[in-house]
Amino acid sequence: MTQAELSELVKRSEFTPVAGLSAEDCVTLYYYMQLTRTFEMRLASFYRQGKMVGGVYLGTGNEATSVGATYTLEDRDILAPTHRDIGAHFVKGESLRAMALQLLGRAEGPTGGKDNGLHQGNKEINTLGMISHLGAMISVAAGAALASKIKKSGQVAIHFIGDGTSSIGDFHEGLNFASVMELPVVYIIENNQYAYSTPNSKQYACDWIAQRAHGFDMPGIVVDGTDVVEMYRVTKWAVERARRGEGPALIESQTMRMRGHSEHDSADYVPQKVMEKWEDKDPIDILKNYLRDWGVLTDVTREQIDEQIESEVEKAFEYALDAPVPEGPEAANGVYAR
Amino acid sequence: MAEITYIQAISEGLREEMQRDESVFLLGEDIGNYGGAFKVTKGFVEEFGEERVIDTPLAESAIFGMSIGAALQDMRPVAEMQFSDFVSTGFNQLVNNAAKIHYRWGAAVPMTVRMPTGGGVHGGPFHSQNTEAWFFHVPGLKLVAPSNPYDAKGLIKAAIRDKNPVLYFEHKYLYRREKQELSGDDFLVEIGKGRVAREGEDLTVLTYGSMVPTSLEAASHLESRIDVEVIDLRSLMPLDMELIIGSIKKTNKALIVHEDIKTGGIGAELSARITEEAFEWLDGPIRRVASIDTPVPFAPSLEEYFMPNPDKIAAGIQQLWDY
Ligand SMILES: Cc1ncc(C[n+]2csc(CCOP(=O)(O)OP(=O)(O)O)c2C)c(N)n1
Ligand SMILES: [Mg+2]
Repeated sequence: MTQAELSELVKRSEFTPVAGLSAEDCVTLYYYMQLTRTFEMRLASFYRQGKMVGGVYLGTGNEATSVGATYTLEDRDILAPTHRDIGAHFVKGESLRAMALQLLGRAEGPTGGKDNGLHQGNKEINTLGMISHLGAMISVAAGAALASKIKKSGQVAIHFIGDGTSSIGDFHEGLNFASVMELPVVYIIENNQYAYSTPNSKQYACDWIAQRAHGFDMPGIVVDGTDVVEMYRVTKWAVERARRGEGPALIESQTMRMRGHSEHDSADYVPQKVMEKWEDKDPIDILKNYLRDWGVLTDVTREQIDEQIESEVEKAFEYALDAPVPEGPEAANGVYAR
Repeated sequence: MAEITYIQAISEGLREEMQRDESVFLLGEDIGNYGGAFKVTKGFVEEFGEERVIDTPLAESAIFGMSIGAALQDMRPVAEMQFSDFVSTGFNQLVNNAAKIHYRWGAAVPMTVRMPTGGGVHGGPFHSQNTEAWFFHVPGLKLVAPSNPYDAKGLIKAAIRDKNPVLYFEHKYLYRREKQELSGDDFLVEIGKGRVAREGEDLTVLTYGSMVPTSLEAASHLESRIDVEVIDLRSLMPLDMELIIGSIKKTNKALIVHEDIKTGGIGAELSARITEEAFEWLDGPIRRVASIDTPVPFAPSLEEYFMPNPDKIAAGIQQLWDY
């Protein structure tokens, strides 16, 4: 849905902006989070039906983090998403159709079937395509921020990092370098409590990953990553600060990976109690309650949005499922830029 | 005797070595309670405890660094890469540290690195690579690549008992496809020894890993016309040159087949060595069937074009035969 279409639906009773977000903004955030959930649940059912090739990694529980943080960016800014950030791609402007084509490995998709998952980059909307090797994009995001600094373009970069990924050497190198050069980059830890089957207790010994920011001499902040308003508020602060030339920041979003590592994984290593605790903190439910309490959106209007999303997702996949797979010989093309 | 799969053979080999030798321990991501991404170490924590089956943080360089440190104190670490592609994150520790210690100051580094390898499983560019050639160029490392359960078990045991860093390339495509009856006896497969997978008189196919069953299939398609010998190298470093040259002297024709891309692959070195050692025995050019020189593409249609298969190998054999 377009911003204008969404604005139409907003009840404009006396709403005082929260965290600088207008009523329209709040509804737009809802749209993107619900879109993410709907799109991903469709992928999960395709996986069960055997329509997907390879693994399917979902960001259920991560919607507020991914969407809320990315919503702070301007069009010119740089986004370096990771494997559970479908929502960030959407906020930054990736189309549903392109996403569906990509995830189904179709010829017309952004990687033409050459790469899988959320690995596509898009120069038009300034997203950087990730590689599977976790941590590799940390300094790449810093490099994009370095270019911004050199060009004085005023662009800020956001990069998402997993809790597990914070253990790799690249994390130290990238954050240190970014801080030494006071680069306009904001790092967001998506602390979803697990790295595959590995719980945080086996991943790091400190209380918070954000504590490490102190050692790099940058702000380190822990946020409730299930609350999109909080996520937006804190990220916005860091992005503005970075834009003013005051250097990088490390934000740790506390959230939960509400499904298996990928769809093949039943995640039976997650204690039932832990899962239940987080189920009460579903980011989309939290926002729904805000919207209702603030009188921004009636349940009826919200359901209208949900239906609209269903049909947009349906259309994107209908198109992508019918789209041709790449021709074999295409494999040989594109290794070098010409 | 019970029939076991390739992946079970790896598990059995590991388990037996851990039972036999207290100094053997495992480390890697998600290998403990979860049993590893491919479940090779399922049940190991229960049997050997968390001290010998260590779930590590996400940190390949430290996994290797710690393996080296422990090996220098006479432990026998077995490090698991979740996928061999991720080895690049720990590259320096392997190629500059582990590989060069004995040469520099005489200390042995008895460590094993398990490398779930290869394509054909639609894993895309970062979960499908054949990375053996990255390490083939590094003196000080040994490289093995089993193609069947017997060799999988015998080589993991030999790797663990070796005094050098051994990279053990286990092919994901073979994990549950290759089955064999194995005796419960303690046996080793010597590192540095290849094997004749199929005897023939007309032409030699030199191959390893996933391409062994694929080449055997190609050879059987051609059976009525060409009598193909298939050599399973098993050990890539050191290479069993005696076996290789012996076969070439018999058939006078060499086709090298690997799943890794063609340029700079193991086949390039093999070809050079055969030319150096047996040029006058050849009655045709040495040819290669390998993947094309691109990253491993994701979409099945692309990956199929990218990789060798029985038809492409059969065509390669036929063309060399017709030369
Ligand atoms: C360098 C590297 N090592 C191992 C892997 C295999 N792997 C893929 S995802 C994953 C867990 C990642 O955990 P985390 O960083 O917390 O992100 P999450 O999946 O929880 O969002 C691992 C170990 C990888 N992709 N990259
Ligand atoms: Mg995580």
